[in-house]
Amino acid sequence: MSNISYVRTEMLQEKAPPVTQTGIVKWVRENLFSSVSNSVLTLLALWLLYTLLSHVLPWVFQSSWSANSLTECRSAIAAAYGEGTHGACWAVIRERFFQLIYGFYPPELYWRPNLAFILMLVALAPVLFDKLPRKMLWFSAVYPFLCFWLLWGGSIWLPLSIVAGFVLGGFAFKLIGAQFGNLFATIGAFLVPILWWMFAASPVASGIHSAIPLGLEAVESAKFGGFLLSILIGITGIVLSLPIGILLALGRQSDLLIVKAICVGFIEFIRGVPLITLLFVASVLLNYFLPPGTNFDLILRVVIMVTLFASAYMAEVIRGGLAALPKGQYEGADSLGLDFWQSTRLIIMPQALKISIPSIVSTFIGLFKDTTLVSIIGLFDPIGLSTNIRADSAWNGIIWELYGFIAIVFFIFCFSMSRYSMYLENKLKTGH
Amino acid sequence: MSVITDPPQQGFRISQLLYDTRYRSMTIQIIALIGFLVAFGWLINNTLANLAALGKPLGFGFLWEPAGYDINQRLIEYNSQMSNARAALVGVLNTLLVAVLGCIAATILGVLIGVLRLSKNWLVSRLMTVYIEGFRNVPVLLWILMAMAIFIEIFPQPRDFRGEDPVATMKIFETVAVTNRGVYLPGPIMNAGSGVVVAAFIASLVAIFFFGKWAKARQEQTGQILPTFWIKLGILIIPSMLIFFIMGKPIGMEVPAIKGFNFAGGIYMRNSLIALWLALSLYTAAFIAETVRSGIMAVSKGQTEAAAALGLRPARTMNLVVLPQALRVIIPPMISQYLNLTKNSSLAIAVGYMDVTGTLGGITLNQTGREMECLIILMAIYLTISLIISGVMNWYNERVKLQER
Repeated sequence: MSNISYVRTEMLQEKAPPVTQTGIVKWVRENLFSSVSNSVLTLLALWLLYTLLSHVLPWVFQSSWSANSLTECRSAIAAAYGEGTHGACWAVIRERFFQLIYGFYPPELYWRPNLAFILMLVALAPVLFDKLPRKMLWFSAVYPFLCFWLLWGGSIWLPLSIVAGFVLGGFAFKLIGAQFGNLFATIGAFLVPILWWMFAASPVASGIHSAIPLGLEAVESAKFGGFLLSILIGITGIVLSLPIGILLALGRQSDLLIVKAICVGFIEFIRGVPLITLLFVASVLLNYFLPPGTNFDLILRVVIMVTLFASAYMAEVIRGGLAALPKGQYEGADSLGLDFWQSTRLIIMPQALKISIPSIVSTFIGLFKDTTLVSIIGLFDPIGLSTNIRADSAWNGIIWELYGFIAIVFFIFCFSMSRYSMYLENKLKTGH
Repeated sequence: MSVITDPPQQGFRISQLLYDTRYRSMTIQIIALIGFLVAFGWLINNTLANLAALGKPLGFGFLWEPAGYDINQRLIEYNSQMSNARAALVGVLNTLLVAVLGCIAATILGVLIGVLRLSKNWLVSRLMTVYIEGFRNVPVLLWILMAMAIFIEIFPQPRDFRGEDPVATMKIFETVAVTNRGVYLPGPIMNAGSGVVVAAFIASLVAIFFFGKWAKARQEQTGQILPTFWIKLGILIIPSMLIFFIMGKPIGMEVPAIKGFNFAGGIYMRNSLIALWLALSLYTAAFIAETVRSGIMAVSKGQTEAAAALGLRPARTMNLVVLPQALRVIIPPMISQYLNLTKNSSLAIAVGYMDVTGTLGGITLNQTGREMECLIILMAIYLTISLIISGVMNWYNERVKLQER
């Protein structure tokens, strides 16, 4: 009797957890079928997904890449996958790829937009990533003129004479500043370049050009198109709208009544009308506003309007950032004895811009998407080109392949911009 | 003995205009005003000179001349003999129609998607993320064109519904015809006595409103809660139904039927209207969904927990605690989404829907050659619509805003 023990002396073997509590089964139970309504939702979602994919995937993959016209393409698909198969004619993308990218830009000059694009990445790099050497910013400053010259060609002296205006402004600031103080220096730095551009720049440029002809073959604006045009309008608008937007936001916040009224009027007017009406203005009206006989390029007019449009939105976004800053920051800057521009530059703007990064980037994304509207006033952006391609008898009736391709390219650009904004937000986060 | 004297008075010097902070802002403003007026005057002067050189001085007389073109989508009486102003009005109404329809659909869809994106269901929330990112990152013009292409390319022609063995059939119990020209829906036929039914329905709506007020007052007084939802539903349905049958079913349904090569009867919604409506609402819904999601997430978890500690059930927590607070965050961005939708409706011109951009800014502009006047009026119209929408929504925002001391 004594060897009966009521206390267990040896340990039990560990049991495996129940199958519903581990691994994939647990995950599925918790995430997909945790309750009746959840299960219904899951099944509904699965059904939806199946319906979509079962229609789209065969169309995407039972396709033809090699045909040279729509009829040829359809018969190739019918031969390969059986009669009655609906397949995509990706061949149109292959055949018109360069047109969708460059528009009607002369093929032998494709290296110029290519080079401009690569240099753009180089110029953007120091702006986007602060680990790179700061000296690279000088290249970023020169880049817009280089890009203009590369894309449109013509004499090199014209962009150089425009750059010279900025250099002259800088000299004027230094010289007058040493003699008469800051205020006159600022006025001089504005006036001298404007006078130079209005009266001297173009005669000087053509003068030097006749002496030393140096330049690239000129390409007229009508030849621009495709994603080249979208990116051109988008990037120019983005780069120019940020500084103008900052100025407008400051104007709207300022105590100066008249300045404020002008800024508010401008912002509310632009935000109250659709972009397409502004593009109509660019295409039919802008020439009326200028002295008789002036006639400048449609793309330039569109860029001006798109920039004005974007800067009004940018101003509101930045105003939001300014309003979100605690009042103590403004007062702290004042108490350090900084003047308006110093405190704005060193204390207020860095913080306000940081707060508004997500909205700034979504304004940029909106601006880039809005560049497609130029197709309505007859420019050959990708959507305009897709109409143009359909007008060709070989591709008459092709729709989804072109729209799909354009949508995917836009998606890649816009989605990566929004991811970059998340990266930037994380990097600049200084809270705890 | 030292006497404290005022610093010597100096007369006003010119340099004070620049260096004295009392006067400096005035100087800057006057310079800005002069600069602005000069620039503005220069532009107007150029414009007038240019217009005079072209021989078409500024004038709005063309508005009262016959328009000379037809508009296929109209809410009010219009024919081609009527004036350009009337054509513009038809366009404005079309703009408002698509904007209102779009705002309603986008709100419903956006709230649904925003809530579903926060769902614990992994698959559903991922699917909603894909929807939102997909729609937000592709231009709305492309969506509008694609929606229109669905109609033109995929849906059958009306004549496919003809014959003994038609290629296409009508949907939903043979009442709705989806064709490449648009959608034909069944419409109501009002027979004698239908006015009474409509009046009864309106009366029950009024009754519901007052019942709701009374029930709320009663709850605040006594603390007793009535099952308001079911009572309201009863008031909505029962009296109207009773009168409907007493009057001998005066309201009938007219189903569209194929006559010749097209459908007749019922309500016809043009393909361009539906494509525009669909694309705008799907696109804007993606933005509204993000707004709703961030609004709900902005309500801190402590609020939900406190409500639970007070013994509120989850549905009441949502209705009484979370949503009112989330709404404050949601409304301002929602206003700008409604404004965006209204402004984006001007892309109607890409699919041939005759909104105000299509009539006044399109055909009238091209026929009369009055670019300046047409665009000024067009912009003024959009500006007015935008200001009204933002005014109304700001008034609503003021009402739900937290009342601070």
